[in-house]
Amino acid sequence: MTLASATVQSERHDPPGGGPPGKGAARINRSAGTWFLVLPALIPILVLSVGPLLYGIALAFTDAQSGRTRSTQWTGVLNFQDLLHDGLFWDSFRIGLVWAVGVTVPQFVLALGLALLLSQNLRMRWLARALAIIPWAMPEVVVGIMWRLVYNPDAGILNETIRDLGLGDGRDWLTGLATALPAVILVGVWAGMPQTTVALLAGLQNTPHELHEAAALDGAGAWRRFRTVTWPALRPVALSITALNFIWNFNSFALVYVLTNGGPGGRTRLPMLFAYEEAFRYGQFGYAAAMGCVMVAVISVILAVYLVGRLGGGEDR
Amino acid sequence: MSPRTRGTARAGQYVALLCYLVFLAFPFVWLISTAFKPAPELGSLHPTWIPQHPTLDNFRAAFDEQPLLRAAANSLIAAVSAGIIAVVIATPMAYVTARHRSRLSTAATGWVVVSQAFPFVLLIIPLFLVLKYLHLINTLWGLIMVYVVWSLPFALWMLVGYVRAVPPELEEAAAVDGASRLRTLVSVTAPLLAPGIVATALFAFITAWNEFFFALVLLKTPEKQTLPVVLTHFLGAEGASDLGPLAAAAFLATLPSLVLFAVIQRRITGGMLAGAVKS
Repeated sequence: MTLASATVQSERHDPPGGGPPGKGAARINRSAGTWFLVLPALIPILVLSVGPLLYGIALAFTDAQSGRTRSTQWTGVLNFQDLLHDGLFWDSFRIGLVWAVGVTVPQFVLALGLALLLSQNLRMRWLARALAIIPWAMPEVVVGIMWRLVYNPDAGILNETIRDLGLGDGRDWLTGLATALPAVILVGVWAGMPQTTVALLAGLQNTPHELHEAAALDGAGAWRRFRTVTWPALRPVALSITALNFIWNFNSFALVYVLTNGGPGGRTRLPMLFAYEEAFRYGQFGYAAAMGCVMVAVISVILAVYLVGRLGGGEDR
Repeated sequence: MSPRTRGTARAGQYVALLCYLVFLAFPFVWLISTAFKPAPELGSLHPTWIPQHPTLDNFRAAFDEQPLLRAAANSLIAAVSAGIIAVVIATPMAYVTARHRSRLSTAATGWVVVSQAFPFVLLIIPLFLVLKYLHLINTLWGLIMVYVVWSLPFALWMLVGYVRAVPPELEEAAAVDGASRLRTLVSVTAPLLAPGIVATALFAFITAWNEFFFALVLLKTPEKQTLPVVLTHFLGAEGASDLGPLAAAAFLATLPSLVLFAVIQRRITGGMLAGAVKS
Protein backbone atom coordinates (compact mmCIF):
# COMPACT_ATOMS: atom_id res chain seq x y z
CA MET A 1 0.00 0.00 0.00
CA THR A 2 1.34 3.40 -0.84
CA LEU A 3 1.61 6.14 1.68
CA ALA A 4 -0.94 8.27 -0.14
CA SER A 5 -3.72 5.73 -0.34
CA ALA A 6 -3.15 4.59 3.22
CA THR A 7 -3.48 8.01 4.74
CA VAL A 8 -6.39 9.19 2.63
CA GLN A 9 -8.30 6.01 3.30
CA SER A 10 -7.83 6.23 7.00
CA GLU A 11 -8.72 9.90 7.08
CA ARG A 12 -12.12 9.21 5.69
CA HIS A 13 -12.76 6.88 8.60
CA ASP A 14 -11.41 9.32 11.12
CA PRO A 15 -14.06 11.54 12.68
CA PRO A 16 -13.09 15.14 11.94
CA GLY A 17 -11.88 17.15 14.86
CA GLY A 18 -10.51 14.20 16.77
CA GLY A 19 -12.59 12.08 19.11
CA PRO A 20 -11.85 8.55 20.21
CA PRO A 21 -9.49 6.60 17.94
CA GLY A 22 -11.55 4.86 15.29
CA LYS A 23 -10.72 2.00 13.00
CA GLY A 24 -8.96 4.37 10.64
CA ALA A 25 -6.59 5.55 13.30
CA ALA A 26 -5.76 1.98 14.24
CA ARG A 27 -5.02 1.14 10.63
CA ILE A 28 -2.87 4.19 9.98
CA ASN A 29 -0.65 3.38 12.93
CA ARG A 30 0.14 -0.01 11.55
CA SER A 31 0.85 1.23 8.05
CA ALA A 32 4.40 1.58 6.89
CA GLY A 33 3.73 5.06 5.56
CA THR A 34 2.98 6.52 8.96
CA TRP A 35 6.11 5.04 10.42
CA PHE A 36 8.04 6.62 7.60
CA LEU A 37 6.69 10.00 8.73
CA VAL A 38 7.21 9.41 12.42
CA LEU A 39 10.61 7.74 12.50
CA PRO A 40 12.78 10.77 11.63
CA ALA A 41 11.69 12.36 14.90
CA LEU A 42 11.18 9.18 16.89
CA ILE A 43 14.67 7.73 16.37
CA PRO A 44 16.58 10.79 17.66
CA ILE A 45 14.16 11.03 20.57
CA LEU A 46 14.70 7.40 21.52
CA VAL A 47 18.46 7.38 20.90
CA LEU A 48 19.40 10.77 22.30
CA SER A 49 16.73 11.42 24.91
CA VAL A 50 14.88 8.39 26.25
CA GLY A 51 17.92 6.10 25.96
CA PRO A 52 20.34 8.44 27.75
CA LEU A 53 17.77 9.06 30.48
CA LEU A 54 17.54 5.33 31.20
CA TYR A 55 21.34 5.09 30.94
CA GLY A 56 21.60 8.02 33.37
CA ILE A 57 19.36 6.30 35.88
CA ALA A 58 21.46 3.13 35.52
CA LEU A 59 24.65 5.13 36.09
CA ALA A 60 23.30 6.20 39.48
CA PHE A 61 23.80 2.60 40.62
CA THR A 62 27.44 2.46 39.51
CA ASP A 63 30.72 4.04 40.53
CA ALA A 64 31.16 5.60 37.08
CA GLN A 65 33.83 8.26 36.99
CA SER A 66 35.08 10.51 34.26
CA GLY A 67 38.13 9.03 32.55
CA ARG A 68 37.74 5.44 33.76
CA THR A 69 34.33 4.48 32.47
CA ARG A 70 35.49 1.07 31.22
CA SER A 71 36.09 -0.39 34.64
CA THR A 72 32.79 0.85 36.01
CA GLN A 73 31.30 -1.43 38.69
CA TRP A 74 27.75 -1.87 39.88
CA THR A 75 27.53 -0.58 43.41
CA GLY A 76 23.83 -0.95 44.09
CA VAL A 77 22.35 1.74 46.26
CA LEU A 78 25.74 2.84 47.63
CA ASN A 79 25.53 6.25 45.93
CA PHE A 80 22.12 6.85 47.46
CA GLN A 81 23.39 5.82 50.90
CA ASP A 82 26.27 8.24 50.52
CA LEU A 83 23.86 10.95 49.40
CA LEU A 84 21.77 10.37 52.50
CA HIS A 85 24.77 11.35 54.63
CA ASP A 86 25.99 14.14 52.36
CA GLY A 87 25.13 17.25 54.34
CA LEU A 88 26.28 19.52 51.53
CA PHE A 89 23.85 17.91 49.10
CA TRP A 90 20.91 18.35 51.46
CA ASP A 91 21.98 21.93 52.07
CA SER A 92 21.86 22.54 48.34
CA PHE A 93 18.56 20.69 48.12
CA ARG A 94 17.09 22.93 50.80
CA ILE A 95 18.45 25.98 48.99
CA GLY A 96 16.91 24.65 45.77
CA LEU A 97 13.50 24.38 47.43
CA VAL A 98 13.76 27.85 48.98
CA TRP A 99 14.82 29.24 45.61
CA ALA A 100 12.07 27.42 43.69
CA VAL A 101 9.29 28.51 46.07
CA GLY A 102 10.85 31.96 46.50
CA VAL A 103 10.84 32.50 42.75
CA THR A 104 7.63 30.71 41.76
CA VAL A 105 5.25 32.36 44.23
CA PRO A 106 6.15 36.05 43.66
CA GLN A 107 6.50 35.30 39.96
CA PHE A 108 2.93 34.07 39.91
CA VAL A 109 1.52 36.92 41.98
CA LEU A 110 3.32 39.59 39.93
CA ALA A 111 2.46 37.92 36.64
CA LEU A 112 -1.19 37.66 37.64
CA GLY A 113 -1.25 41.37 38.44
CA LEU A 114 0.40 42.22 35.14
CA ALA A 115 -1.90 39.90 33.18
CA LEU A 116 -4.96 41.51 34.79
CA LEU A 117 -3.62 44.97 33.93
CA LEU A 118 -2.81 43.95 30.37
CA SER A 119 -6.31 42.60 29.87
CA GLN A 120 -7.68 46.06 30.72
CA ASN A 121 -7.99 48.72 28.09
CA LEU A 122 -5.00 50.81 29.23
CA ARG A 123 -2.94 53.20 27.13
CA MET A 124 0.62 51.95 27.64
CA ARG A 125 -0.47 48.36 27.31
CA TRP A 126 1.51 47.67 24.13
CA LEU A 127 4.70 48.97 25.75
CA ALA A 128 4.20 46.77 28.79
CA ARG A 129 3.55 43.78 26.53
CA ALA A 130 6.71 44.47 24.56
CA LEU A 131 8.81 44.96 27.69
CA ALA A 132 7.37 41.87 29.35
CA ILE A 133 8.67 39.84 26.43
CA ILE A 134 12.30 41.04 26.76
CA PRO A 135 13.36 38.79 29.66
CA TRP A 136 11.94 35.84 27.74
CA ALA A 137 13.98 36.48 24.61
CA MET A 138 17.25 37.16 26.43
CA PRO A 139 19.87 34.46 26.94
CA GLU A 140 19.93 33.51 30.62
CA VAL A 141 23.65 34.24 30.67
CA VAL A 142 22.96 37.81 29.58
CA VAL A 143 20.23 38.18 32.19
CA GLY A 144 22.77 37.11 34.80
CA ILE A 145 25.43 39.50 33.50
CA MET A 146 22.91 42.34 33.32
CA TRP A 147 21.88 41.92 36.93
CA ARG A 148 25.52 41.67 38.03
CA LEU A 149 25.89 45.14 36.53
CA VAL A 150 22.82 46.30 38.47
CA TYR A 151 24.06 44.75 41.72
CA ASN A 152 27.66 45.92 41.28
CA PRO A 153 28.63 47.38 44.69
CA ASP A 154 30.32 50.53 43.33
CA ALA A 155 29.23 51.12 39.75
CA GLY A 156 25.81 49.50 39.96
CA ILE A 157 22.54 51.39 39.79
CA LEU A 158 20.98 49.68 42.78
CA ASN A 159 23.48 50.96 45.34
CA GLU A 160 23.53 54.36 43.65
CA THR A 161 19.75 54.60 44.02
CA ILE A 162 20.04 53.59 47.66
CA ARG A 163 22.68 56.28 48.20
CA ASP A 164 20.56 58.87 46.39
CA LEU A 165 17.57 58.07 48.56
CA GLY A 166 19.74 58.47 51.65
CA LEU A 167 19.16 54.89 52.74
CA GLY A 168 22.83 54.22 53.47
CA ASP A 169 25.80 53.09 51.43
CA GLY A 170 24.27 50.01 49.92
CA ARG A 171 26.14 46.74 50.00
CA ASP A 172 27.67 43.96 47.98
CA TRP A 173 24.43 42.09 47.43
CA LEU A 174 25.71 39.03 45.60
CA THR A 175 28.58 38.26 47.99
CA GLY A 176 26.83 38.98 51.27
CA LEU A 177 25.96 35.79 53.16
CA ALA A 178 22.50 37.05 54.04
CA THR A 179 21.67 38.91 50.83
CA ALA A 180 22.95 36.56 48.11
CA LEU A 181 19.97 34.20 48.00
CA PRO A 182 17.30 36.94 48.09
CA ALA A 183 19.26 38.82 45.42
CA VAL A 184 19.33 35.88 43.00
CA ILE A 185 15.68 35.10 43.78
CA LEU A 186 14.73 38.62 42.63
CA VAL A 187 16.52 37.99 39.33
CA GLY A 188 14.71 34.67 38.96
CA VAL A 189 11.37 36.39 39.48
CA TRP A 190 12.22 39.03 36.88
CA ALA A 191 13.45 36.51 34.33
CA GLY A 192 10.49 34.14 34.56
CA MET A 193 7.63 36.62 34.64
CA PRO A 194 6.91 36.77 30.87
CA GLN A 195 5.97 33.12 30.30
CA THR A 196 3.73 33.18 33.34
CA THR A 197 2.10 36.43 32.27
CA VAL A 198 1.43 35.14 28.76
CA ALA A 199 -0.05 31.90 30.06
CA LEU A 200 -2.29 33.76 32.49
CA LEU A 201 -3.39 36.19 29.77
CA ALA A 202 -4.49 33.15 27.80
CA GLY A 203 -6.45 31.96 30.77
CA LEU A 204 -8.09 35.38 31.11
CA GLN A 205 -9.24 35.23 27.50
CA ASN A 206 -11.13 32.13 28.57
CA THR A 207 -13.07 34.01 31.19
CA PRO A 208 -16.69 34.21 30.14
CA HIS A 209 -17.44 37.86 29.42
CA GLU A 210 -21.19 37.62 29.97
CA LEU A 211 -20.65 36.31 33.47
CA HIS A 212 -18.37 39.25 34.18
CA GLU A 213 -20.98 41.74 33.03
CA ALA A 214 -23.78 39.96 34.83
CA ALA A 215 -21.78 40.02 38.05
CA ALA A 216 -21.02 43.72 37.59
CA LEU A 217 -24.72 44.47 37.04
CA ASP A 218 -25.52 42.60 40.23
CA GLY A 219 -23.23 45.06 41.99
CA ALA A 220 -20.30 42.74 42.61
CA GLY A 221 -17.06 44.63 43.34
CA ALA A 222 -13.80 44.02 41.55
CA TRP A 223 -12.48 41.57 44.16
CA ARG A 224 -15.73 39.62 44.25
CA ARG A 225 -15.85 39.40 40.48
CA PHE A 226 -12.25 38.17 40.46
CA ARG A 227 -13.00 35.52 43.06
CA THR A 228 -16.25 34.22 41.62
CA VAL A 229 -15.79 34.67 37.87
CA THR A 230 -12.14 35.19 36.88
CA TRP A 231 -10.35 32.84 39.24
CA PRO A 232 -12.45 29.72 38.61
CA ALA A 233 -11.81 30.08 34.87
CA LEU A 234 -8.14 30.81 35.45
CA ARG A 235 -7.50 28.02 37.92
CA PRO A 236 -6.47 25.22 35.53
CA VAL A 237 -3.95 27.44 33.74
CA ALA A 238 -2.70 28.82 37.04
CA LEU A 239 -2.13 25.35 38.42
CA SER A 240 -0.24 24.06 35.42
CA ILE A 241 1.94 27.14 35.01
CA THR A 242 2.92 27.24 38.68
CA ALA A 243 3.76 23.54 38.67
CA LEU A 244 5.89 23.92 35.53
CA ASN A 245 7.54 27.06 36.89
CA PHE A 246 8.40 25.26 40.10
CA ILE A 247 10.04 22.44 38.17
CA TRP A 248 11.93 24.76 35.84
CA ASN A 249 13.11 26.89 38.72
CA PHE A 250 14.18 23.92 40.80
CA ASN A 251 16.24 22.66 37.85
CA SER A 252 17.68 26.00 36.82
CA PHE A 253 21.38 26.49 36.34
CA ALA A 254 22.66 29.25 34.05
CA LEU A 255 21.26 32.24 35.91
CA VAL A 256 22.79 31.43 39.27
CA TYR A 257 25.97 30.06 37.68
CA VAL A 258 26.58 33.49 36.18
CA LEU A 259 25.35 35.54 39.14
CA THR A 260 27.17 33.86 42.04
CA ASN A 261 28.42 30.47 40.83
CA GLY A 262 26.88 29.05 44.00
CA GLY A 263 28.64 31.42 46.37
CA PRO A 264 29.14 32.92 48.86
CA GLY A 265 30.06 29.83 50.87
CA GLY A 266 27.52 27.70 49.02
CA ARG A 267 24.59 29.90 50.01
CA THR A 268 23.20 29.90 46.46
CA ARG A 269 24.45 26.48 45.35
CA LEU A 270 21.35 25.06 43.70
CA PRO A 271 21.18 21.26 43.26
CA MET A 272 22.00 21.57 39.54
CA LEU A 273 25.14 23.56 40.31
CA PHE A 274 26.13 20.98 42.89
CA ALA A 275 25.54 18.06 40.52
CA TYR A 276 27.35 19.86 37.69
CA GLU A 277 30.44 20.37 39.86
CA GLU A 278 30.32 16.80 41.12
CA ALA A 279 30.11 15.46 37.56
CA PHE A 280 32.31 17.78 35.53
CA ARG A 281 34.77 19.16 38.03
CA TYR A 282 35.32 16.10 40.20
CA GLY A 283 34.33 13.52 37.59
CA GLN A 284 31.92 11.66 39.89
CA PHE A 285 29.41 10.64 37.19
CA GLY A 286 27.66 7.93 39.19
CA TYR A 287 27.24 10.10 42.25
CA ALA A 288 25.96 13.06 40.22
CA ALA A 289 23.50 10.80 38.40
CA ALA A 290 22.18 9.66 41.78
CA MET A 291 21.62 13.32 42.66
CA GLY A 292 19.68 13.72 39.45
CA CYS A 293 17.52 10.72 40.39
CA VAL A 294 16.74 12.18 43.80
CA MET A 295 15.80 15.46 42.13
CA VAL A 296 13.50 13.65 39.69
CA ALA A 297 11.89 11.72 42.54
CA VAL A 298 11.03 14.90 44.39
CA ILE A 299 9.78 16.55 41.22
CA SER A 300 7.56 13.53 40.51
CA VAL A 301 5.94 13.91 43.90
CA ILE A 302 5.28 17.55 43.15
CA LEU A 303 3.84 16.65 39.73
CA ALA A 304 1.58 14.11 41.40
CA VAL A 305 0.32 16.70 43.86
CA TYR A 306 -0.28 19.05 40.95
CA LEU A 307 -2.24 16.44 39.03
CA VAL A 308 -4.38 15.63 42.05
CA GLY A 309 -5.01 19.34 42.58
CA ARG A 310 -5.93 19.74 38.96
CA LEU A 311 -8.34 16.84 39.00
CA GLY A 312 -9.88 18.19 42.18
CA GLY A 313 -10.39 21.56 40.52
CA GLY A 314 -12.20 20.02 37.56
CA GLU A 315 -15.59 20.29 39.18
CA ASP A 316 -15.40 24.05 39.46
CA ARG A 317 -15.78 24.54 35.78
CA MET B 1 -19.66 51.96 40.68
CA SER B 2 -19.66 55.73 40.82
CA PRO B 3 -17.66 57.61 38.17
CA ARG B 4 -15.39 58.86 40.92
CA THR B 5 -14.35 55.47 42.26
CA ARG B 6 -13.97 54.26 38.70
CA GLY B 7 -11.58 57.17 38.04
CA THR B 8 -9.57 56.30 41.13
CA ALA B 9 -9.43 52.69 40.05
CA ARG B 10 -8.18 53.72 36.60
CA ALA B 11 -5.49 55.91 38.15
CA GLY B 12 -4.45 53.04 40.39
CA GLN B 13 -4.17 50.77 37.36
CA TYR B 14 -1.92 53.25 35.59
CA VAL B 15 0.32 53.62 38.64
CA ALA B 16 0.58 49.83 38.87
CA LEU B 17 1.36 49.56 35.17
CA LEU B 18 4.05 52.20 35.52
CA CYS B 19 5.65 50.24 38.37
CA TYR B 20 5.72 47.15 36.15
CA LEU B 21 7.24 49.12 33.28
CA VAL B 22 10.03 50.40 35.52
CA PHE B 23 10.67 46.98 37.07
CA LEU B 24 10.82 45.26 33.68
CA ALA B 25 12.85 47.90 31.88
CA PHE B 26 15.43 49.19 34.36
CA PRO B 27 17.98 46.33 34.21
CA PHE B 28 17.92 46.44 30.43
CA VAL B 29 18.32 50.22 30.32
CA TRP B 30 21.22 49.87 32.73
CA LEU B 31 22.89 47.24 30.55
CA ILE B 32 22.70 49.52 27.51
CA SER B 33 23.87 52.53 29.50
CA THR B 34 26.88 50.61 30.84
CA ALA B 35 27.77 49.36 27.37
CA PHE B 36 28.15 52.93 26.05
CA LYS B 37 30.02 54.45 29.01
CA PRO B 38 33.69 55.39 28.76
CA ALA B 39 36.09 53.94 31.34
CA PRO B 40 36.20 56.98 33.68
CA GLU B 41 32.42 57.01 34.01
CA LEU B 42 32.37 53.28 34.71
CA GLY B 43 34.85 53.81 37.54
CA SER B 44 32.86 56.68 39.02
CA LEU B 45 31.41 56.14 42.48
CA HIS B 46 28.30 58.00 41.41
CA PRO B 47 27.13 56.26 38.27
CA THR B 48 24.53 57.96 36.12
CA TRP B 49 21.67 56.54 34.08
CA ILE B 50 22.73 58.21 30.88
CA PRO B 51 26.35 58.15 29.69
CA GLN B 52 27.79 61.69 29.75
CA HIS B 53 30.24 60.92 26.95
CA PRO B 54 28.87 57.92 25.06
CA THR B 55 31.50 55.83 23.31
CA LEU B 56 31.91 52.66 21.28
CA ASP B 57 35.23 51.80 22.94
CA ASN B 58 33.66 49.02 24.99
CA PHE B 59 32.50 47.25 21.85
CA ARG B 60 35.99 47.45 20.36
CA ALA B 61 37.53 46.24 23.63
CA ALA B 62 35.05 43.36 23.81
CA PHE B 63 36.12 42.07 20.41
CA ASP B 64 39.78 42.44 21.42
CA GLU B 65 39.39 40.61 24.71
CA GLN B 66 37.44 37.56 23.55
CA PRO B 67 36.95 35.76 20.22
CA LEU B 68 33.40 37.11 19.90
CA LEU B 69 33.12 36.82 16.13
CA ARG B 70 34.13 33.19 16.11
CA ALA B 71 31.81 32.51 19.05
CA ALA B 72 28.94 34.22 17.23
CA ALA B 73 29.70 32.13 14.12
CA ASN B 74 29.64 28.95 16.23
CA SER B 75 26.35 29.98 17.82
CA LEU B 76 24.90 30.80 14.42
CA ILE B 77 25.91 27.43 12.92
CA ALA B 78 24.57 25.51 15.91
CA ALA B 79 21.32 27.45 16.14
CA VAL B 80 20.52 27.51 12.40
CA SER B 81 21.25 23.79 12.03
CA ALA B 82 19.22 22.92 15.11
CA GLY B 83 16.29 25.05 13.96
CA ILE B 84 16.18 23.57 10.46
CA ILE B 85 16.79 19.94 11.42
CA ALA B 86 14.31 20.06 14.29
CA VAL B 87 11.53 21.34 12.06
CA VAL B 88 12.30 19.00 9.16
CA ILE B 89 12.04 15.90 11.33
CA ALA B 90 9.29 17.17 13.63
CA THR B 91 6.79 18.36 11.01
CA PRO B 92 5.85 14.91 9.61
CA MET B 93 5.44 13.50 13.11
CA ALA B 94 3.41 16.53 14.16
CA TYR B 95 1.17 16.04 11.14
CA VAL B 96 0.48 12.41 12.00
CA THR B 97 0.01 13.24 15.68
CA ALA B 98 -2.44 16.04 14.95
CA ARG B 99 -4.52 14.27 12.32
CA HIS B 100 -4.84 10.90 13.99
CA ARG B 101 -5.56 10.60 17.64
CA SER B 102 -3.81 7.51 18.83
CA ARG B 103 -1.58 6.14 21.53
CA LEU B 104 1.30 7.72 19.65
CA SER B 105 -0.05 11.23 20.08
CA THR B 106 -0.85 10.59 23.73
CA ALA B 107 2.68 9.31 24.24
CA ALA B 108 4.12 12.29 22.38
CA THR B 109 2.19 14.76 24.55
CA GLY B 110 3.14 12.88 27.68
CA TRP B 111 6.77 12.92 26.66
CA VAL B 112 6.65 16.68 26.10
CA VAL B 113 5.53 17.13 29.70
CA VAL B 114 7.94 14.57 31.16
CA SER B 115 10.92 15.93 29.23
CA GLN B 116 10.34 19.31 30.86
CA ALA B 117 10.61 17.82 34.32
CA PHE B 118 13.98 16.07 34.03
CA PRO B 119 17.00 17.83 35.45
CA PHE B 120 19.45 18.19 32.58
CA VAL B 121 22.26 16.72 34.65
CA LEU B 122 20.59 13.30 34.42
CA LEU B 123 20.58 13.67 30.64
CA ILE B 124 23.95 15.29 30.10
CA ILE B 125 26.12 12.71 31.89
CA PRO B 126 25.05 9.78 29.69
CA LEU B 127 24.97 12.05 26.61
CA PHE B 128 28.51 13.13 27.44
CA LEU B 129 29.59 9.47 27.54
CA VAL B 130 27.74 8.64 24.31
CA LEU B 131 29.16 11.65 22.46
CA LYS B 132 32.61 10.87 23.81
CA TYR B 133 32.30 7.34 22.46
CA LEU B 134 31.32 8.82 19.08
CA HIS B 135 34.21 11.33 19.28
CA LEU B 136 31.72 14.19 19.15
CA ILE B 137 32.76 15.97 22.35
CA ASN B 138 34.02 19.48 21.62
CA THR B 139 32.40 19.50 18.19
CA LEU B 140 29.52 21.61 16.99
CA TRP B 141 27.91 18.48 15.50
CA GLY B 142 27.63 16.92 18.91
CA LEU B 143 26.06 20.08 20.26
CA ILE B 144 23.67 20.33 17.30
CA MET B 145 22.48 16.75 17.90
CA VAL B 146 21.75 17.60 21.51
CA TYR B 147 19.97 20.83 20.55
CA VAL B 148 17.77 19.10 17.99
CA VAL B 149 16.54 16.54 20.47
CA TRP B 150 16.23 19.14 23.17
CA SER B 151 14.04 21.43 21.04
CA LEU B 152 11.92 18.60 19.60
CA PRO B 153 9.30 18.45 22.36
CA PHE B 154 8.40 22.08 22.07
CA ALA B 155 8.65 22.04 18.26
CA LEU B 156 6.23 19.11 18.16
CA TRP B 157 3.95 20.85 20.63
CA MET B 158 3.79 24.01 18.53
CA LEU B 159 3.50 22.22 15.18
CA VAL B 160 0.68 19.96 16.33
CA GLY B 161 -1.23 23.12 17.23
CA TYR B 162 -0.59 24.62 13.79
CA VAL B 163 -1.65 21.44 11.98
CA ARG B 164 -4.86 21.29 14.00
CA ALA B 165 -5.60 24.84 12.89
CA VAL B 166 -5.72 23.67 9.25
CA PRO B 167 -9.25 22.33 8.72
CA PRO B 168 -9.18 18.69 7.58
CA GLU B 169 -12.19 19.51 5.39
CA LEU B 170 -9.87 21.44 3.06
CA GLU B 171 -7.73 18.36 2.56
CA GLU B 172 -10.78 16.18 2.10
CA ALA B 173 -12.16 18.54 -0.51
CA ALA B 174 -8.91 18.37 -2.44
CA ALA B 175 -8.95 14.59 -2.22
CA VAL B 176 -12.52 14.49 -3.51
CA ASP B 177 -11.43 16.70 -6.41
CA GLY B 178 -9.00 13.97 -7.32
CA ALA B 179 -5.78 15.42 -5.97
CA SER B 180 -3.28 12.83 -4.82
CA ARG B 181 -2.30 12.69 -1.19
CA LEU B 182 1.09 14.22 -1.89
CA ARG B 183 -0.44 16.91 -4.10
CA THR B 184 -2.92 17.81 -1.35
CA LEU B 185 -0.12 18.11 1.19
CA VAL B 186 2.04 20.24 -1.07
CA SER B 187 -0.56 22.59 -2.52
CA VAL B 188 -3.18 22.78 0.24
CA THR B 189 -1.65 21.97 3.62
CA ALA B 190 1.92 23.21 3.24
CA PRO B 191 1.11 26.84 2.34
CA LEU B 192 -1.27 27.11 5.31
CA LEU B 193 1.28 25.50 7.59
CA ALA B 194 4.31 27.44 6.37
CA PRO B 195 4.10 30.42 8.76
CA GLY B 196 3.79 28.06 11.71
CA ILE B 197 6.76 26.01 10.53
CA VAL B 198 8.87 29.15 10.15
CA ALA B 199 7.86 30.35 13.62
CA THR B 200 8.75 26.98 15.10
CA ALA B 201 12.14 26.95 13.37
CA LEU B 202 12.87 30.47 14.59
CA PHE B 203 11.87 29.52 18.10
CA ALA B 204 14.21 26.51 18.00
CA PHE B 205 16.90 28.88 16.70
CA ILE B 206 16.38 31.28 19.60
CA THR B 207 16.47 28.59 22.27
CA ALA B 208 19.68 27.15 20.78
CA TRP B 209 21.23 30.61 20.44
CA ASN B 210 20.49 31.30 24.11
CA GLU B 211 21.41 27.86 25.46
CA PHE B 212 24.24 27.63 27.98
CA PHE B 213 24.39 24.41 30.00
CA PHE B 214 24.94 21.85 27.23
CA ALA B 215 27.41 24.14 25.48
CA LEU B 216 29.35 24.61 28.72
CA VAL B 217 29.66 20.88 29.26
CA LEU B 218 30.28 19.73 25.68
CA LEU B 219 32.58 22.43 24.28
CA LYS B 220 36.04 22.51 25.80
CA THR B 221 38.24 24.73 23.64
CA PRO B 222 37.62 28.47 23.11
CA GLU B 223 37.60 28.10 19.28
CA LYS B 224 34.57 25.80 19.52
CA GLN B 225 32.59 27.59 22.21
CA THR B 226 29.32 29.39 21.58
CA LEU B 227 28.52 32.96 22.51
CA PRO B 228 26.93 32.40 25.95
CA VAL B 229 29.94 30.34 27.07
CA VAL B 230 32.43 32.90 25.77
CA LEU B 231 30.46 35.67 27.54
CA THR B 232 31.18 34.02 30.88
CA HIS B 233 34.93 34.38 30.18
CA PHE B 234 34.46 38.13 30.67
CA LEU B 235 33.61 37.44 34.30
CA GLY B 236 36.85 37.41 36.25
CA ALA B 237 37.70 34.69 38.72
CA GLU B 238 36.81 36.68 41.84
CA GLY B 239 33.90 38.58 40.38
CA ALA B 240 36.23 41.28 39.15
CA SER B 241 35.27 42.02 35.60
CA ASP B 242 35.74 44.62 32.95
CA LEU B 243 32.25 46.11 33.15
CA GLY B 244 32.16 48.07 29.90
CA PRO B 245 33.23 45.33 27.46
CA LEU B 246 31.16 42.81 29.44
CA ALA B 247 28.03 44.94 28.98
CA ALA B 248 28.82 45.61 25.32
CA ALA B 249 29.29 41.92 24.52
CA ALA B 250 26.19 40.91 26.47
CA PHE B 251 24.13 43.54 24.66
CA LEU B 252 25.34 42.33 21.24
CA ALA B 253 24.64 38.70 22.11
CA THR B 254 21.03 39.55 22.93
CA LEU B 255 20.19 41.43 19.75
CA PRO B 256 19.57 38.49 17.37
CA SER B 257 17.17 36.70 19.67
CA LEU B 258 15.42 39.94 20.64
CA VAL B 259 14.85 40.90 17.00
CA LEU B 260 13.66 37.42 16.00
CA PHE B 261 11.50 37.16 19.07
CA ALA B 262 9.85 40.47 18.23
CA VAL B 263 9.08 39.10 14.76
CA ILE B 264 7.49 35.82 15.86
CA GLN B 265 6.30 36.82 19.30
CA ARG B 266 2.60 36.68 18.46
CA ARG B 267 2.89 33.24 16.92
CA ILE B 268 4.85 31.83 19.85
CA THR B 269 2.55 33.22 22.47
CA GLY B 270 -0.40 32.17 20.33
CA GLY B 271 0.93 28.62 20.06
CA MET B 272 1.74 28.53 23.73
CA LEU B 273 -1.67 29.86 24.62
CA ALA B 274 -3.41 27.27 22.50
CA GLY B 275 -1.41 24.53 24.20
CA ALA B 276 -1.95 25.89 27.67
CA VAL B 277 -5.68 26.32 27.25
CA LYS B 278 -6.51 23.15 25.38
CA SER B 279 -4.48 20.69 27.40
